[in-house]
Amino acid sequence: MITLRDVTKTYNNDEHALKNVSLTINEGDIFGIVGKSGAGKSTMLKLIGLLTEPTTGEIELLGKNVAGITAAQANEIKRNIGTVFQGFNLLMQRSVAGNIAFPLELVKQDKAAIQARCAELAGLVDLSEKLPAYPAQLSGGQKQRVAIARALATNPKIMLCDEPTSALDSFTTKEILRLIKEINQKLGVTIVIITHEINIVKAICNRMVVLNGGRIAEMGDTSEVLKNPQHDATKLLLDGI
Amino acid sequence: MANLWNVFLDFRFILWEGVLETLYMSFVSVTLAYAIGLPLGIWLFVSYPDGLMPNRFVNKILGGLINTVRSVPFLIMVIILIPFTRMIAGTAIGSTAAIVPLVIASAPFVARMVEATMNEMDAGVIDAAKSMGATNYQIITKVMIPESIPSIIRGFSITAIMMISFSAMAGAVGAGGLGRIAIRYGYQRWQSDVMILSVILIVIIVALVQFLFNTIAAKLDKRLV
Repeated sequence: MITLRDVTKTYNNDEHALKNVSLTINEGDIFGIVGKSGAGKSTMLKLIGLLTEPTTGEIELLGKNVAGITAAQANEIKRNIGTVFQGFNLLMQRSVAGNIAFPLELVKQDKAAIQARCAELAGLVDLSEKLPAYPAQLSGGQKQRVAIARALATNPKIMLCDEPTSALDSFTTKEILRLIKEINQKLGVTIVIITHEINIVKAICNRMVVLNGGRIAEMGDTSEVLKNPQHDATKLLLDGI
Repeated sequence: MANLWNVFLDFRFILWEGVLETLYMSFVSVTLAYAIGLPLGIWLFVSYPDGLMPNRFVNKILGGLINTVRSVPFLIMVIILIPFTRMIAGTAIGSTAAIVPLVIASAPFVARMVEATMNEMDAGVIDAAKSMGATNYQIITKVMIPESIPSIIRGFSITAIMMISFSAMAGAVGAGGLGRIAIRYGYQRWQSDVMILSVILIVIIVALVQFLFNTIAAKLDKRLV
């Protein structure tokens, strides 16, 4: 589903954000990318979300090599990847319904179809009665659920979650993680979660990678990695719990 | 006070005409200034190195042009523009002619205000739109402009009020409106009561414009509930 082959990303000539990273994320995975700040997590997210290009190496998304694709082709792939952000990034001047409808308006779906899809997604994230409300009227957890509904609007095969619970309290965090797991199981959406909290990975990811200084420290099944951490970076993250 | 009321009654038609001319000059100017300044401000914002369509050359040229025009004092601008005003309006005197320098003086101001508004916007929403595969055009028309509508409307009232005061200044060099009445009667004919009435009317117009646009902006602002 997502393959990185020997990917290096360099900013401003000599600052390596990612170095020789190779990994595969399979269909149906809940894949955790964990590391402290500066480990290269955000760069990884941008690469998978097609918001930046690798300096060297290859990226394959949904079976397509993305090197040298046109903007239109990139947008087509982006519609198959929903993104959920730490800061929710909702449109404040649009209602909940308007936010969920936004990605569908971008591809010019007709109004009736958009309305039906909004109602369906609002039901999924349990916000049906909040459709006419504005983001400013919602709690953090509700905002993130709107963002998740919006990310799912175009029926993506992949959902990228960038620190999806960092702005939330522990109770709401559990609620959001439960919802993400449900989306993975019910809709078959492959989930990639980027986080600095190893707890999140432990809670829902079946596979994980630990990034350290732009390199892969270790990678594998979550239970294996956490049971027997090999790298100091992993141990350090586990110590923080 | 009774005296002022009598003067008001005597001059009511002239003053009413002044009010209409002032409103005409201000609102036509501010509308045209936005027609030019809004796209200019957006262009400036998106051309920044980290913007949607980075272009250092365009950014520098636009920024320089805006700063240059904004540095010219308004009265001097009116005079410099006389030949251009004649070309556009057919005359350099009167309310319609005054609109030309008013627009040119305020469009760069509007552009800077729009740029500042866009700068304040949460960059995350633009990232979100990008991640969904929105085109630059869609990001501008469906994210940047709608998200900044309340601020744009507040800016509109600031500019409209600036236009009211600038149009009074333009009155000194032949434009119509309340400014012209104040100068003609108050300064040239020593009828200070007419000048006072003109100023009172300008104050009332400014207060009403401010109230009206603040109300509209508050109604449209969904960020604070």
